[in-house]
Amino acid sequence: MRRKSTAALSGLLAMGVVLGASGCGADKTEAVGGTGGCDTSKGTLVVGVIAPMSGKLSAIGLGIRNSVQLAVEQANEKCAVKGYQLKMDAQDDEANPDKGAAAAQRFADDSNVVGLVGPYNSGVARAIQPKIASSRLVEISPGNTDPVLSRGPEFATAPKRPYENYFRVVGTDDLQGPFNARYLVEKEGMKRIAIITDGKAVGENTATQFAKEAERLGARIVIREKINENDNDFSSVLTKVKATRPEAIFVGSEYHVAGPLSKQAKDLGLNVPISGTDGLFDPQFIALGGKDGDVATSVGAPIESVETGKAFVDAYTKKNFSDGYGGFGSFAYDAAKVIISGVGKVTVSADWTGSPEQRTQMIKEVQAYRAEDGANGLVGFDEYGDSLNKVFTVYKVTSGAWKDELSDQAEAK
Amino acid sequence: MAVLAQQIVNGLVLGALIGLIALGYTMVYGIIQLINFAHGEVFMVGAFGAHFLARYVLPEDVRWYVALPAMCLAAVAVSIGVAVAMERLAYRPLIGAHRLAPLITALGVSILLQEVVRVFYPGATAPLAFPRMFVEGHLAIGPVTILWTGVLALAVAPLLAAALHIYVERSRLGRAMRATAQDPDTARLMGISPNRVTLATFVIGAGLAGVGAVLYGIHYTQIDTAIGFQNGIFAFTAAVLGGIGSIRGAMLGAFCIGLVKSLAGQYVWGGVQYDYVWVFVLLILVLMFRPQGFLGRPEGMRA
Repeated sequence: MRRKSTAALSGLLAMGVVLGASGCGADKTEAVGGTGGCDTSKGTLVVGVIAPMSGKLSAIGLGIRNSVQLAVEQANEKCAVKGYQLKMDAQDDEANPDKGAAAAQRFADDSNVVGLVGPYNSGVARAIQPKIASSRLVEISPGNTDPVLSRGPEFATAPKRPYENYFRVVGTDDLQGPFNARYLVEKEGMKRIAIITDGKAVGENTATQFAKEAERLGARIVIREKINENDNDFSSVLTKVKATRPEAIFVGSEYHVAGPLSKQAKDLGLNVPISGTDGLFDPQFIALGGKDGDVATSVGAPIESVETGKAFVDAYTKKNFSDGYGGFGSFAYDAAKVIISGVGKVTVSADWTGSPEQRTQMIKEVQAYRAEDGANGLVGFDEYGDSLNKVFTVYKVTSGAWKDELSDQAEAK
Repeated sequence: MAVLAQQIVNGLVLGALIGLIALGYTMVYGIIQLINFAHGEVFMVGAFGAHFLARYVLPEDVRWYVALPAMCLAAVAVSIGVAVAMERLAYRPLIGAHRLAPLITALGVSILLQEVVRVFYPGATAPLAFPRMFVEGHLAIGPVTILWTGVLALAVAPLLAAALHIYVERSRLGRAMRATAQDPDTARLMGISPNRVTLATFVIGAGLAGVGAVLYGIHYTQIDTAIGFQNGIFAFTAAVLGGIGSIRGAMLGAFCIGLVKSLAGQYVWGGVQYDYVWVFVLLILVLMFRPQGFLGRPEGMRA
């Protein structure tokens, strides 16, 4: 009966946390109302957030929302924007491009919105970009890894920045795929690699970049297959893959596909490591069948190992949010701080009106931003709006849990 | 050869699991000519019912031979409960309405059930790991491997289909079902209550879907709220392919779909990404030359 009582207990605990958090929230608002001596005579400015706060990705989305909330509260305590109080407005996009675009449109039309943190999904970002381009609203994504967003469809050969107001604080797939390949081929010595993708653009692109680098390093791609994302039965594709005797399988998809796939491969006697990108890096991957030896690369370094990340973790923990910061909270925190810093500078010379000129000035401030002490270390942007911080980390399933193997700067070679 | 044999085994296991759902489609259609698109959802809620029992009620160290029957009972109970409620609240009020009304209602019920589970079941917004309540490991016949859960599915599904076939052929209720299917008005004159027969059909179909859900869960060790829709489409296709209204046909159709899906992925041009295509190409071809499916009776023979 242990499990039953644990479940009941955790249920009670969760209730307690929720109640506690809402209580805290209420207190906080009052405290902010008093503003501890800050001058807020000029009104309230809004930092917009768009993230998937319900659905399969809710753990990530809620972490993003809470982390921005944390940055905003810290800024209010420190009177970071003179004369103004900051407020966060978080909209749930459910990982749905239409919902994300609609929320972004509302933010763009609202002159009190000084900047947008989000979205998480690259697909949502593609829908948002054209909607807010004319309003010049600055957008910083904590999680988009699709290179097209910042360098256009010809990102590999003729990069061209499509939207000046778009920035991101994470590295891109065209770096992550090769980074993954270098680990598998150079560090693990894999010579025969199979590729399975789910047909989505992100998975396809990453797999193509992975294949290119793996082949450059002397490995062979023995087979490449596409599966249907809604399938749960991978026995057929794995039987086919097994016949090519691969030493590893690169999966261009997310944990809900890769986890069961790892288990079914083992069941078929194909006991080789599964490797993939940040879509696999989730505890659910292991719960759904990921096995020891499976590999995932992800953006940034483990937050606990970054010197300046500890302050973020401590501050986050103190707020008693009902959800953890997730894989992307620290990036959202860094992104929010860029926006807050920008609006602080813009409002020194003139009151905030939300005019296109002022929003353009915001874009300039964000472009010029550079700090070494972000939650993920270096925060700054290159001429395409991509992060200057190109750290990736290899994680490996070890004794049933993700463990970081190595972190490194991934430069395109 | 080894690869071919393995692919055949893969296809048969998938077919067995789809077949248990297809039986529900074919029976309901046989009796009241309703394509119950929400039947896939009956399967899905069964899986969550079993998951609930194993995760929150059963003790952690329970043996599989205790847990598995208990989970089957839970799944069957939940599936039947939902199916009965569905029949009573959604379909019975529409008796006599235009044929499209129950069809659209079925789609609505399907979405409703998916969303209710997604929103209210703890953790159902993401795929859930299903407890591994059966013998671990696999049976190896030469180079061909088959999970013990797959062996179980291959044994149970045809057995249940055969039992159902015999029941419908031999029992009193079965005779009432066949009578209602042939001519509901005359059946009523003979003292058969069509409402009771319809309800019994829903109950039997849901029971099979519940058993299928547990077999599915322990085999793939993962469930989510979309499994009903996905497998429901395959099961419906299997029922049509085999001849909707025919019990043996539904099972046959399901095995065909499983085999085509796994063999086409291996051998046909384009690889695995086109395996769904070949399933539906087969369906179209069969319907072109034999619109009533493999074992179905032509529509015209109906009273």
